[in-house]
Amino acid sequence: MAKELWKGNEAIAEAAIRAGCDAFFGYPITPQSEVPEYLSLHMPQHGRVFLQAESEVAAINMVYGAAASGKRVMTSSSSLGISLKQEGMSYLAATELPAVIINCMRGGPGLGTIQPAQGDYFQATRGGGSGDYRNIVLAPSNIQELADFVQEAFDLADLYRNPVVVLADGLIGQMMEPIEWKEFPKRDLPAKDWATEGRKGAEKHHVVSPIFYDPEECYEFNEKTLAKFNKIKANEVRFEEYKTEDAELIFTAYGTPARIILTAVDKMREEGYKVGLFRPITLWPFPEKELHELLGKDHVKAVLDVEMSAGGQMIEDVRLANEGQKPISYYGLGGGLIPTLEDICDAAKKALEEVK
Amino acid sequence: MSIVYTKSAGLTDKELHYCPGCHHGIAHKLVMESLIELGLFEDAVGVCPVGCSVYAYNYMACDMIDAAHGRAPAVATGVKRTHPNTPVFTYQGDGDLASIGTAEIVHAAMRGEKITTIFINNAIYGMTGGQMSPCTLIGQKATTAPLGRTVEQAGKPIRMAETLSALDGLVYAERVCLTDIPNLNKAKAAIKKAFTLQMQGAGFTFVEILSTCPTNWGLAPLKANQWLHENLVPYYPLGVIKDTTK
Repeated sequence: MAKELWKGNEAIAEAAIRAGCDAFFGYPITPQSEVPEYLSLHMPQHGRVFLQAESEVAAINMVYGAAASGKRVMTSSSSLGISLKQEGMSYLAATELPAVIINCMRGGPGLGTIQPAQGDYFQATRGGGSGDYRNIVLAPSNIQELADFVQEAFDLADLYRNPVVVLADGLIGQMMEPIEWKEFPKRDLPAKDWATEGRKGAEKHHVVSPIFYDPEECYEFNEKTLAKFNKIKANEVRFEEYKTEDAELIFTAYGTPARIILTAVDKMREEGYKVGLFRPITLWPFPEKELHELLGKDHVKAVLDVEMSAGGQMIEDVRLANEGQKPISYYGLGGGLIPTLEDICDAAKKALEEVK
Repeated sequence: MSIVYTKSAGLTDKELHYCPGCHHGIAHKLVMESLIELGLFEDAVGVCPVGCSVYAYNYMACDMIDAAHGRAPAVATGVKRTHPNTPVFTYQGDGDLASIGTAEIVHAAMRGEKITTIFINNAIYGMTGGQMSPCTLIGQKATTAPLGRTVEQAGKPIRMAETLSALDGLVYAERVCLTDIPNLNKAKAAIKKAFTLQMQGAGFTFVEILSTCPTNWGLAPLKANQWLHENLVPYYPLGVIKDTTK
């Protein structure tokens, strides 16, 4: 299929339509507003549901209702808007409802800025709502991946009955790139025999409820979902390595910084530095074992984690995976500033100097 | 001997957890009976709230979703928009609907969302232990208003049926109570009318049921019924508040 030029946010919207998304509920916020704008026109044309909710809180609860009644459903927002959705996301987790949540991250905390940032890693990977749960988190690094991951997210959500977050940033949402629309092989998905679409003569009524009468029931539920999370960890870890075979310095990065680092790796290798990139694609489950193995190799002398965040957030998972094997340093900036190629290369050279 | 009264087929066999004299059980029965009599029961989806009726799904035998506090109208919107022919209702108390859930109920009414809301107004937070709600009367004691609610501190109570009736999307609102058979019959007629209008696609329909909370009011069940008539009814008048079909 020929490549087409797509803006990130519009690609998210079109990908959702192609994935059979039945309904979208959202609320305007920069830098993701092209998602609801595109869907407000195109969803009705496909006989699907688009509704602009009165708030992010209402939007995620509309998602909860549509998901409970068996529909494929998505919402999108940015950082502080995602904060407002956390209650609903915890409820989705508590009822094991499939849903896709897009976050085009911007600078924070608070209202922050409308420029791209990566300050929501903790919120996405730790479960920003109350209780013991995990979101599956996919982190695209370009528009092609964005379009692919949004489509795959719906299947992952249905397969595991779990919310899936596509964690992009404002740059990926706002940028235009040529992409190819792919057909994904149909996954064998479980029937939604739990959906509340009316009892219709069934022996028992369907109930979707996030409350448990006694702690034993809640404990049983937590144990059940823990087993599910472990299954997801075993099956769904994704990552990419670039020129790591002989690398003395391993960059760890996701999303936009990872993309800049692809250039940094090539540039530094031309200058004679042995560097490579380890890019987690699933932020949860984090490629812990794979990163641990790589960092344990003799040729690896140092690690440089790069994020659009003040002090870094993913770096904590990098440290956990490293288990003290190699020195880790950090370069990054939060608030909506994008690291430059030069600054990343300088930080890498400095990190290498320190281990000489 | 002939059977003159049976439990509604729309209710499960689970024993109610509600306190003696509480009206939730009666309201549950009326909603379920109405759905059955209108032939809507097998298709219906109910959304219950946070509060005493958080466990309504244990008793209402149609398909049920339990929503986060105040969000039932948004959850019901998600169901209804994706299932336009399904009868959808929310069942919410005054803490849920008139306090934390005001945005959701106002916007559901504004959009003319084709759902029915059953609003149980007992002028107090029941489940959490008798705290003041937006519908608590002036002078009424609550655990967070131990000397009684004052206008200076909390303003005057909100009349939700009247407030929502200002919105064009609401086509029918009626306030009823469940203290005796004539009122019970009126309540059931109102619930049936609301569901009928919903299925005709008329718009948002709202039935406010003034209810008792003997435990948190500190009154015996029959005294609570009397208190309701002497105190709640004068401030929250019974009857049709809005009916665009007339």
